Amino acid sequence: MLRLQNLTKTYRTGDRALNGVSLTVEPGQVVGLIGPSGAGKSTLIRCINRLVEPSSGQVTLGDTALTGLGHGSLRRARRRIGMIFQEYALVERLTVMENVLSGRLGYVGFWRSFFRKFPPDAVSKAYALLDRVGLSDHVDKRADALSGGQRQRVGIARALAQDPDLLLVDEPTASLDPKTSRQIMRLIVEICDERGLPAIINIHDVALAQSFVRRIIGLKSGEVVFDGAPNELTDAVLTRIYGEEDWSATIRPVDEESDDQVDDPDAEAEHHGPAEVLDRERMAGLS
Amino acid sequence: MTAAAGTARAVWRRPPLIRNPRLRWAIYGGSLVYLVLAFASVDVNWTRVYEGLDRGLRFVEGFLVPDFVSRWGDIAQGMQESLTMTVTATVVGIMVSVPIGIGAARNIAPLPIYLACRGIIALSRSFQEIIIAILFVAMFGFGPFAGFLTLSFATIGFLAKLLAEDIEDIDEAQAEAIRSTGAGWWQVVNYGIQPQVMPRLIGLSLYRLDINFRESSVIGIVGAGGIGATLNTAMDRYEYDSAAAILILIIVIVMLAEYGSSIIRQRVQ
Repeated sequence: MLRLQNLTKTYRTGDRALNGVSLTVEPGQVVGLIGPSGAGKSTLIRCINRLVEPSSGQVTLGDTALTGLGHGSLRRARRRIGMIFQEYALVERLTVMENVLSGRLGYVGFWRSFFRKFPPDAVSKAYALLDRVGLSDHVDKRADALSGGQRQRVGIARALAQDPDLLLVDEPTASLDPKTSRQIMRLIVEICDERGLPAIINIHDVALAQSFVRRIIGLKSGEVVFDGAPNELTDAVLTRIYGEEDWSATIRPVDEESDDQVDDPDAEAEHHGPAEVLDRERMAGLS
Repeated sequence: MTAAAGTARAVWRRPPLIRNPRLRWAIYGGSLVYLVLAFASVDVNWTRVYEGLDRGLRFVEGFLVPDFVSRWGDIAQGMQESLTMTVTATVVGIMVSVPIGIGAARNIAPLPIYLACRGIIALSRSFQEIIIAILFVAMFGFGPFAGFLTLSFATIGFLAKLLAEDIEDIDEAQAEAIRSTGAGWWQVVNYGIQPQVMPRLIGLSLYRLDINFRESSVIGIVGAGGIGATLNTAMDRYEYDSAAAILILIIVIVMLAEYGSSIIRQRVQ
């Protein structure tokens, strides 16, 4: 179980990205985190594994208080938290296998990893994961030789190689076409179900979030303004999260179970441009 | 909008760099006046130039008939010294530059280490090779050892600085992803950073090998051994034909190194 208590992050520039966020993710629960660009979605999930250092508040995963961990124990805690990134964040010049095995770095010493001598069970697990995400034929290709959807599959395999207790997913579909986006979302949610793995998925595409997760949290200006089931996302709620707009094309009809409904390109193109905001957040959290 | 305004505007000029026209013309005029005065102040002794033409001609004549034979023993020895100096200095320079370059990258090094490494780089870059060579020749005597030290030292300033800048320019997301797996600092460097900077590091090292060879022929003139010393001796004896042979050899070797390194650089992309 993941618990955030009163989490606040103020960047050195004075921007308050998170303002007293409290929430709990139950074991095995997949949560979609929506909100406008700059609402603090990326900051929120980066505060959990402390790629961004929270200013105050607590993060607890299982029995471990992640905030307040020292350098060594933070590294051990990060092994339990898999992360999937926007734009994949694969090491472009390494092979697919090296990228997947890099998920094991927290478990092996420097020299073993330097000479790429990973333990046999880690290697066989990596093969199994590549098989699971459908990339068995691309093991020795360089990551930059793959298509967008394939790269994100490598990203998923890398996160799973960590044997995580929690998955943090940052805009997994931001640079993918609508069809691939749906395949990737489906794969992530399926894997979470298979393993009983809880996950927080940052996603700017409301329709996509509605069709794949069972709980949605709306973030606005660093505060939680909505927490509920996908079908509770009404016009009024979306206006509360994003501001005034005509939402009729975005909201998924409650009685509609068919997936195709959301392939409407208008819905896909609804929000965009989180990349530069993310960059700013990432740079601010660097040092 | 234009329709609403009633007139279709068809004239557009790019806004000038300096908006104030007076200031603009003052700067343009001032620069011109300065240039005219500066050129006028260059003192040319035309009689001396005329006398020098004769020497220049002899030099060119020497070039037309390069003499590889009569001083071949000296030339071969000088070349061998230069090449040895170049290769050893480049290897040692790279080995020292890599840790300093990593330490001088602000995005991965803590501040004290960063400052120390930047200091070493600044020191190495602030002195031209010849000045360092004079110092090392005074300390360690004539010969290739002083040259080796000079080139190693100069390599550090060059490679470490460019490596550090390349590390600062990496795609942070890749390093962040590695860090998020619980990897240690060295593992982040090895997995998240090294693959991103390696092609450029190889290219720069090969480029530095070129530079070191060329520099080895220059610092020889101040006594740091190598082909430069041979060249200097030949010039002093007015043996322009032998000097020409040396220069031609230097040009050939530099061109071969250039060609070879461009092939390797293409391969490592």
